[in-house]
Amino acid sequence: MSPMRRSPCGGCHLEIHGQAVTARVSGALWLADERMLAAGDLHFEKGSAYGARGQLLPPFDTLATLDRLEAEIAALSPRRLVLMGDSFHDTGAIDRLTAEARTRLRALGERIELVWLAGNHDPSPPVGLPGAVAETLTIGTLNLTHEPHTGLGEGEVAGHLHPVATVKGTGGRVRRRCFLTDGRRMILPAFGAYAGGLNVFDPAFDGLFATPPTALILGDDRIHAVPWTRLSPGR
Amino acid sequence: MTNPLPSPFLDWFARRGWAPRRHQLEMVEAGLAGRDVLLVAPTGGGKTLGGFLPSLIELAARGPVNAPPGVHTLYISPLKALTTDVERNLMTPVREMGLDIRIETRTGDTPVSKRQRQKERPPDILLTTPEQLALMCAWEGGRDWFNGLRCVIVDEVHAIWSGKRGDLLNLGLARLSQFSPVMRRVGLSATVQDPDAIRRWLSPGGEADLVLGDPGAPPQVEVMGRTSGTIPWSGWTAAHAMGDVYERIKAARLALVFVNTRFQAEMAFQILWEINTDDLPIALHHGSLAVDQRRKVEAAMARGDLRAVVCTSTLDLGIDWGDVDLVIQLAAPKGSARLIQRIGRANHRLDEPSRALLVPAHRFEVLECEAAKAAVAENDLDADPAHPGALDVLAQHLMGLACAEPFQADAVFDEVRTSAPYADLSREDFVQVLEFVSSGGYALKTYDRFRRIVQDRQGRWGVRNAETAARHRMNVGAIVDIPMLNLRVGNPKRAGRKLGQMEESYLSQLTPGDTFIFGGQTWRFNEMAEMDCFVSPAPPGSDPMVPSWGGSKFALSTYLARRVRQLIADEASWGQLPDDVRDWLYIQKMRSLIPSPDEMLVESFQRGQRHYLVCYPFDGRISHGTLGHLLARRLERAGKHPVGMVANDYALAIWALRPLGGVDLASLFQEDLLGDDLEAWLDESFMMKRGFRQCAAISGLIQRRLPGHEKSGRQVTFSTDLIYDVLRRHQPDHLLLKCARMDAAAGQLDVARVGALLKRVRGRIVHTELSRPSPFAVPAMLEIGSEPVMGGSWADAVLQENAEDLIAEAMGLDA
Repeated sequence: MSPMRRSPCGGCHLEIHGQAVTARVSGALWLADERMLAAGDLHFEKGSAYGARGQLLPPFDTLATLDRLEAEIAALSPRRLVLMGDSFHDTGAIDRLTAEARTRLRALGERIELVWLAGNHDPSPPVGLPGAVAETLTIGTLNLTHEPHTGLGEGEVAGHLHPVATVKGTGGRVRRRCFLTDGRRMILPAFGAYAGGLNVFDPAFDGLFATPPTALILGDDRIHAVPWTRLSPGR
Repeated sequence: MTNPLPSPFLDWFARRGWAPRRHQLEMVEAGLAGRDVLLVAPTGGGKTLGGFLPSLIELAARGPVNAPPGVHTLYISPLKALTTDVERNLMTPVREMGLDIRIETRTGDTPVSKRQRQKERPPDILLTTPEQLALMCAWEGGRDWFNGLRCVIVDEVHAIWSGKRGDLLNLGLARLSQFSPVMRRVGLSATVQDPDAIRRWLSPGGEADLVLGDPGAPPQVEVMGRTSGTIPWSGWTAAHAMGDVYERIKAARLALVFVNTRFQAEMAFQILWEINTDDLPIALHHGSLAVDQRRKVEAAMARGDLRAVVCTSTLDLGIDWGDVDLVIQLAAPKGSARLIQRIGRANHRLDEPSRALLVPAHRFEVLECEAAKAAVAENDLDADPAHPGALDVLAQHLMGLACAEPFQADAVFDEVRTSAPYADLSREDFVQVLEFVSSGGYALKTYDRFRRIVQDRQGRWGVRNAETAARHRMNVGAIVDIPMLNLRVGNPKRAGRKLGQMEESYLSQLTPGDTFIFGGQTWRFNEMAEMDCFVSPAPPGSDPMVPSWGGSKFALSTYLARRVRQLIADEASWGQLPDDVRDWLYIQKMRSLIPSPDEMLVESFQRGQRHYLVCYPFDGRISHGTLGHLLARRLERAGKHPVGMVANDYALAIWALRPLGGVDLASLFQEDLLGDDLEAWLDESFMMKRGFRQCAAISGLIQRRLPGHEKSGRQVTFSTDLIYDVLRRHQPDHLLLKCARMDAAAGQLDVARVGALLKRVRGRIVHTELSRPSPFAVPAMLEIGSEPVMGGSWADAVLQENAEDLIAEAMGLDA
């Protein structure tokens, strides 16, 4: 695996399959050479999906996710934004978007090229919103897709699994979202405000990495690169 | 007083060779006159019978009826097990007098068929729990079912009234009074400091009569002084004294060994087992053990097959399981009311004194146990303060009412205000709660079409549909369990027997291969799957991991704290203390100073690269923890770079990278500490998140984890922490954030107590600059590194201190 460098804003510069990328503290991935930003699993309107079934969770999750996305865009001025699939929590989510969320997404699409990768939660393209729809996207040596394919996946950048890592310290335990990479491929953390997480020891991650991967854990103001041997299983 | 008992009852007492007690006759008088009444009597005073006698008399006197009569008397106990116990005890007089009275229990364990039958054919007396009452309030047709109700008896009311369970129960009583306005209320309570507080809770307007039982013989309390081992500096196991404890068990008929937590219970049981050379039958009883295991122990106790039971508060309340003649409290009881309750478990005959032995786990606890002993002698009990009714509980109750029958907001507002905890509820708060129940109460009106309760043409609120009502019924109650996992032998493919349950937070810190004690045995942790944690017996000779922190669930009460401060300041009384403790106090006096009862001592010293500030408010570890966080914020602003803190029941230690000696203590401890700093810190604090989780579950925002309904995987799980963060940013004035802040301020963070502390010490801070830690500082210093560091990240490694060096340094008389 290539050496990692800390970026001034707390992120982590590294190479995936020869391509320079930056893992951002926000959980998004930045490709400076391409001026491209990628974010995984936004799960827009997860709150209202529960609401529709009688559990009235605070309906602000879409706006909260947009706040963070817009902050990244303001900081980096990308040319292109790739949303890595499961951008909407369910097929009805797009109809439940508030007028404000819709307006903000449209404004976003007017300024930058928007690419919606298809996920398992949102198979149909987002009607009435700007942007292109794709199954996968090839950028240099990287292949961006929603669900990771088993095998070594050289150059594959995917989401879907919502990785979180747990680290034990003296008298305490910290569980946070993380990027997971072995330098060949990378799994992005979920970006959505209400998206849950799956411990990287879950069997769902089996067979994806030939060598034990490193977790790039999202700290409060910086990324912590923690080797596999220091991670702990359990919820 | 003329005897109000009818002749069959008089004959029954006579046949048994008993005379009715004065307080029982007073209960009958009040009951037959239809008055509300609170009976306060020590254990063994025939309290339960006193509560039921008026109902039995009324039921015995009623003529034959052709329609199925409704429930006459509803008995509510905080413990499921108590309902069974009372059923058995009540059946005896009913059978012996040949009365035609049907008595049944209804709890979470009652089979569906029996519940169904009860609904169609109600018993005369129904014994149940507060959670079942909350369910009954959500029944369709509850109004008719309860219209013959004459009496509600709340047992062990002292143990329940002041919390959220008490709020929910009281709202339930208000509803029952609507169903049957003639219903009288009866409270049965152990001895309490302030019976009037409970009278106010029990009865609208606080008009309940008060009947006091005769006090029993004063208990004989002893603090274990000299022990074969040295009294430790810190810790919670009391391992040094277990040999002596074992000797006392040998000398007793049946001893109850009370501890405060399950970890302590396991530890004490393990040690006793190892030194049990006489093979005494000693058992273990705590709430995490599988139910059948607990039932076995209870049965063995009742049969007289046991000599000692190591137990937690699961045996605090009034169930009679055996002929206990000695109560041993291992590690300090932390509050005098709890201690008196536990002592009452020994000897159920009023005229003979109960015997109790207090076994301090370390030096400060010796002082604490002496203080507790004095408090018991003077019957000086700590009391739970009354608090305004919680709004998350009200939300649950309103949802229940809407499930039962449509209601008008005005009528229910008036009804709720007859419930004592909600007497001062404002219309604004009520409307906010109603809006929350209906649509979540969000500024963003997304959920108008998903309302859980909706208004009909007459403006009455009713539940949206049957599914919503069913969901509510699955999530009733004000007890929110901490997440537990089943402990099973075997592996996910071959799951073996269930041993019990353990906190997920503890189990998730284990690595496969780690060993720990549970149910008196050592187990090896194998793996975790869904709601199960799989273990196998540990190989012989394995050394189980002992959690560094496993002692205190309760914080030192204000009452005991004051007594401990007095004891320390009173040099004349030191003579009665064990040598270890006396020497410790004298060296403290020599090396630092002994504060007077109304002073607060602050010491500062340097050790290694760190500068320490240790203060001694004696105000319990919860308020010390809160105080510590607030002081740390202030020190940070003063450029002192605080890097860590540790709080125990007696002291608070903060350390920093810059000298702390020159800090202006008067301004550091100023009362404005509870202003902006508190607000800012509170919202970030872990406690707020935990409080929010509880409020979210009680109010029905999220569903509880239900056994068998547990789902896993990233799509369906969401963490309340994520919800909290989003809500805090987007609607900081939301009802549930308000609830969580109130809870944190009142309970989990003890903010009120911090306020009282700051006021108390104003102008009374005595500071001393030392060249090394004082003897008083040692216990706190020893805890550094074993306690979670609050607010820090994993990157902040905690330095391990060398315990042996530290003690030598503090006690060395060479200066």
